[in-house]
Amino acid sequence: MRHIISVLLENEPGALSRVSGLFSARGYNIESLTVAPTEDPTMSRMTIVTNGSDDVIEQINKQLNKLVDVVKVIDLSEGEHIERELMLVKVRAVGKDREEMKRMADIFRGRIIDVTDRDYTIELTGSGSKLDAFLKAVSRDAILETVRTGASGIGRGDRVLKL
Amino acid sequence: MEISGAEIVVRCLQEENVDYVFGYPGGAVLFIYDELFRQNKVKHVLVRHEQAAVHAADGYARASGRVGVALVTSGPGVTNAVTGIATAYMDSIPLVVVTGQVPTHAIGQDAFQEVDTVGITRPCVKHNFLVKDVHDIAGTMKKAFFVAASGRPGPIVVDIPKDVTAAKAAFEYPATISMRSYNPVTKGHGGQIKKALSLLMHAERPMVYTGGGVVLGGATKELTQLVRKLGFPCTSTLMGLGGYPASDGQFLGMLGMHGTYEANMAMQHCDVLLAIGARFDDRVIGNPRHFFDEKRRIIHIDIDPSSISKRVRVDVPIVGDVRDVLQELSKQLGASTAKPDASALKTWWAQIELWRARDSLKYDRSSPLIKPQYVIQKLHEVTKGEAYITSDVGQHQMWAAQFYKFEKPRRWINSGGLGTMGFGMPAAMGVQLAHPKETVVCVTGESSIMMCIQELSTCKQYRLPLKIISLNNRYMGMVRQWQEFFHGNRYAESYMDALPDFVRLAESFGHVGMRIEKPADVEGALAEAFKRKNELVFMDFVTDQAENVYPMIPGGKGLSEMILV
Ligand SMILES: Cc1ncc(C[n+]2csc(CCOP(=O)(O)OP(=O)(O)O)c2C)c(N)n1
Repeated sequence: MRHIISVLLENEPGALSRVSGLFSARGYNIESLTVAPTEDPTMSRMTIVTNGSDDVIEQINKQLNKLVDVVKVIDLSEGEHIERELMLVKVRAVGKDREEMKRMADIFRGRIIDVTDRDYTIELTGSGSKLDAFLKAVSRDAILETVRTGASGIGRGDRVLKL
Repeated sequence: MEISGAEIVVRCLQEENVDYVFGYPGGAVLFIYDELFRQNKVKHVLVRHEQAAVHAADGYARASGRVGVALVTSGPGVTNAVTGIATAYMDSIPLVVVTGQVPTHAIGQDAFQEVDTVGITRPCVKHNFLVKDVHDIAGTMKKAFFVAASGRPGPIVVDIPKDVTAAKAAFEYPATISMRSYNPVTKGHGGQIKKALSLLMHAERPMVYTGGGVVLGGATKELTQLVRKLGFPCTSTLMGLGGYPASDGQFLGMLGMHGTYEANMAMQHCDVLLAIGARFDDRVIGNPRHFFDEKRRIIHIDIDPSSISKRVRVDVPIVGDVRDVLQELSKQLGASTAKPDASALKTWWAQIELWRARDSLKYDRSSPLIKPQYVIQKLHEVTKGEAYITSDVGQHQMWAAQFYKFEKPRRWINSGGLGTMGFGMPAAMGVQLAHPKETVVCVTGESSIMMCIQELSTCKQYRLPLKIISLNNRYMGMVRQWQEFFHGNRYAESYMDALPDFVRLAESFGHVGMRIEKPADVEGALAEAFKRKNELVFMDFVTDQAENVYPMIPGGKGLSEMILV
């Protein structure tokens, strides 16, 4: 099953490689991994999307907790949570596509953030599946380039991951 | 007053009451060596290869229960040390390994003798640090010693660039340390312990399975009291030997790939299993699917949550320091009116005695060739079971584990997790320095001993009177055994051709060498060697080449599928 794991860790050089090294050494999957400092600059927050059986996920949680740089770990998928990913897509926008692309961006609540006479760059946020849906909806040849951040997650309501 | 980073490093070692540093100098650590030279509180032991520095620190730690310390230079010093670090990591041994690094401005430039030490060692350390500012040395060293020894112990690497050791700062060693990201649990959960007790009281075929955690956690007394009070059978992994007295009737011997018949059968057929500081490793339970064929309830006590339910699902996990948890368990047992089921236990013991009667460690005692098992039995007699025994890896290691009956913890020192040939002699050096008055023996094979043979020179320099028992079968015996069993007797590259004359080899290093070729000479030779209290004696026992280690669970097979003699 797919799990979203949030990790608070010391903002130290090498902390990221400890986590990625752990995943590769033990053969765990990483679907995506995002990391950036938190409001407290000495700490980083990481969101890892992974999948595996319950046993594997339990080990992932324990092994992450065992890393000396890791302050806290929660499995967001164990409760209500929100997941968002940012995608930037550059699409061809010439001829009748120009109007079509604008409409698609509107339907998916995207924003056109850069315009030339031949292409648009569209910014979209949402769950991973929404972004997938956008890519499916526009024709393949129209897509010039995509870049995605991977998911960030946060618990709903008063579910807070803090020191 | 400001002092150099190098002096700070040495002052930190003094603050930690480090008595020995095992090391080898080189460009990146010269300032540190200079500071070691100017003081005499911390003694330095000059090994002949960095692998041995780490093994020696490791042996010191295993025998003394303290943190072992090694010091090596950048680049090749570090890469040589990696085998030692990984060995300690696999067996959870507390070490602080200080490594020199190229100057900070040269890092990343492919400088002379530069390697990414933090990157190379990351997967085989509990934690590592790169210290980029002289002001951080003291705090980092404090953390290193704290993290190495607490929780589930392990090796820590502290990598210090040369310019940082030359820079100056005021020295203040922190009295205490707290890390928001590191707080190992020690107290076990009371409710879980209660559940465990109730399972134990309802067991019909109980079994206690103990591992290296009992030795590392100093829980021998607590374990022994509890097991005796319960009247349950007890077994131990290779790493746990000595955690429970081997001569005790409730002890079934070692379990696992080369464990006794009774230990493996009882492990397979028990209905309630109490696992203490052990990790259900593949050399212990064999094929897990076969292990699951029998239904049993499992209680697992371990300081490392990730060891629990890793290979085997357990019913009652108890995370905590094994000693604390066993104390609490005994306390609850004392306060409870429940008793173990005496009649079920009687039936269970009758079954176990039948298994024990198979005498699975028997061997041919009338052979005209020296049987390796016989050498170990005589070694046990001659040393009255009181020696510190280190070993290398192979058949000799298994025979030492099977036939030297360890009564006390920290007496049996071997590389169980990584299985590092070359570990035995350097580890024994560390043991001897930790216990200068004790008898220290290295049981080895002619192949393993060659991997760190250069350390005979270190032993001479520091007058370490080790007794080296080499069971010389002219083969990488364990490899030969597997080739015999599983590869149609094709002994590919496992014959040790062109061996040296070990007697003259020992003599050339300034030691005593002996060759023993007949069973009748074994006892006398051992007695003579152990009389030489102040000399290293290298004993080359020419043993039966064809002897195999039994019982054996072949790879992929289950606990009750042993090959017996
Ligand atoms: C560094 C290292 N290389 C290879 C091995 C694989 N190996 C395990 S046992 C063994 C043979 C050991 O031979 P010896 O030291 O003569 O002991 P014996 O088995 O004959 O008692 C080998 C090569 C190992 N454990 N460690």
